[in-house]
Amino acid sequence: MADMTVGALLRERGVSRRTFLKFCTALASLMALPPGMGGAIARALERARRPSVIWLSFQECTGCTESLTRSATPTVEGLILDLISLDYHHTLQAASGTAAEAARERAMKEAFGHYVLIVDGSIPLGNAGYSTIAGISNAALLAETAQGAAAVVAVGSCASFGGLPAAEPNPTGAVAVSELVKDRPVVNVPGCPPIGVVIAGVVAHYLTFGKVPELDALGRPKVFYGETIHDRCYRRTFYDRGMFAESFDDEGARKGWCLYKLGCKGPVTYNACATTKWNSGISFPIQSGHGCLGCSEPAFWDVGGFYHALSMTTTPLNKPTGIALAAGAVVGAAVAIGNRKKQADARKGHQKATLGDLEKTS
Amino acid sequence: MTVTSMDLLLWARGPGFAAAVVIFALGMVWRLIEIFSLGRKPDLSLPRERDGASGMNTVFRRFLFPPGMLRRAPVTYLGGYVFHIGFGVVLLFFVPHIELARGVVGFGWPGLPTPIVDLVAVITMVTLVVMLVSRITDPAKRLISTFEDYLTWALTLAPLLTGYLAYHHLLLPYPTMLALHILAAELLLVAMPFTKLIHFVTVFPARWYNGDLFGHKGVPS
Repeated sequence: MADMTVGALLRERGVSRRTFLKFCTALASLMALPPGMGGAIARALERARRPSVIWLSFQECTGCTESLTRSATPTVEGLILDLISLDYHHTLQAASGTAAEAARERAMKEAFGHYVLIVDGSIPLGNAGYSTIAGISNAALLAETAQGAAAVVAVGSCASFGGLPAAEPNPTGAVAVSELVKDRPVVNVPGCPPIGVVIAGVVAHYLTFGKVPELDALGRPKVFYGETIHDRCYRRTFYDRGMFAESFDDEGARKGWCLYKLGCKGPVTYNACATTKWNSGISFPIQSGHGCLGCSEPAFWDVGGFYHALSMTTTPLNKPTGIALAAGAVVGAAVAIGNRKKQADARKGHQKATLGDLEKTS
Repeated sequence: MTVTSMDLLLWARGPGFAAAVVIFALGMVWRLIEIFSLGRKPDLSLPRERDGASGMNTVFRRFLFPPGMLRRAPVTYLGGYVFHIGFGVVLLFFVPHIELARGVVGFGWPGLPTPIVDLVAVITMVTLVVMLVSRITDPAKRLISTFEDYLTWALTLAPLLTGYLAYHHLLLPYPTMLALHILAAELLLVAMPFTKLIHFVTVFPARWYNGDLFGHKGVPS
């Protein structure tokens, strides 16, 4: 089955050509490609051999897999599983134990240098025992599997940036995939979870063009992470006009005004939520009345309270300011005493001048 | 570990802001105690006129243009007003700034629509540039200008400019520019007690002192 082309497999699965073309056109528009590219993608995918994909899950919650699989077929997200030959995935594979590891080793051997490695979850460096699979530490498994990968896709904020496991104080010493894999192209697809269609888009892009999409400074595909939620938000006009919801249950909230004051992190969050939306384009968090948490940005868990406005400070100030005021008073008093002493010394040093002194010709 | 713009923003909003506030608070208390404790030599001369109200009068009269001066130095007088009011509006009535204040002091106040603040920011920045040109081209102003004058000018422009660039998504990605904006504001806060910027507090005591002194000498306001 791994040798079947995508087209053949889709036909076997009973996916109509119309559905397939809709999928390709949607992807083309999603990736901001010219409309004609829909057909090109279709032709490329039709003929493409399904790439072998090894999916490794480390310190994660399976939310990313849920995001990809919890969709009504045949949606864009659902189709992704037909586009690839998913040879190893803890959650989705039927095999377990030795058989599962054998499947990974076989896939690695058969497609060495060609398979796509998808990783969700962060990798603990603190103690190898924090997270192991078949007795192999996450770091060792990643290093071994990345060797033969044509490309590595870090799915989710944990794999992309460390995510929740790396949040302060990062007890397991969790790091992102890109911290460990330096000699392979790594595509970060952050989000907690990422949008299913974005994961699909990255893989489809790879299949169509044979290379990873253009990435930004944080290794994210620019097509999906090129703009902030705020800039694409349908509530943006309310921000500009200064109309804000002050609580989740006031008139502003009911009228759909801007959620900035309620902690929306949309202005600093690059993701496609506001345009592609979730659940087949039905809605996204802001549309349902809650501010953006900024889940696709590095350290989103540590950027201050979810319900604190973005401009608010994240460090408590009362105690340090109190100490500073007291210290300032001490320094000020010391300097004042010094100055007073200088004045007193100057007065003491004064010499009385008499008319006689002035007449002296010395 | 590479430093991302989010790391920078995180530092600017957290430890950086706290450090700036600490230095500002320490510096202000220190400098004000130092300045007010200096005192003045006792003036043993008899007052020439009734002194008393002269100090307070001066505090308010200095808001007015002295006769003829508006015509002689329009840039100085109008620029001073436009800049200070503009800076105040941008600082106090931009909604994110108010939210910052709410987080720090526990209460907020109504803000202005963003396009208005945006316009005021542009006017304020243009005024700053005009003031700098005037400072450089006017021989008298240039003579009395020191390095500190140019430094404080730059420190004042920086938060305005970075804020403007951040809002309009110019030059750098918004989170990076926002971090730079916050850092610029923190730098201004740190410099405030130790430069002439401390005038935001000392201006009124200084006016009172001058008015009182001149009143004593027989030139009351």
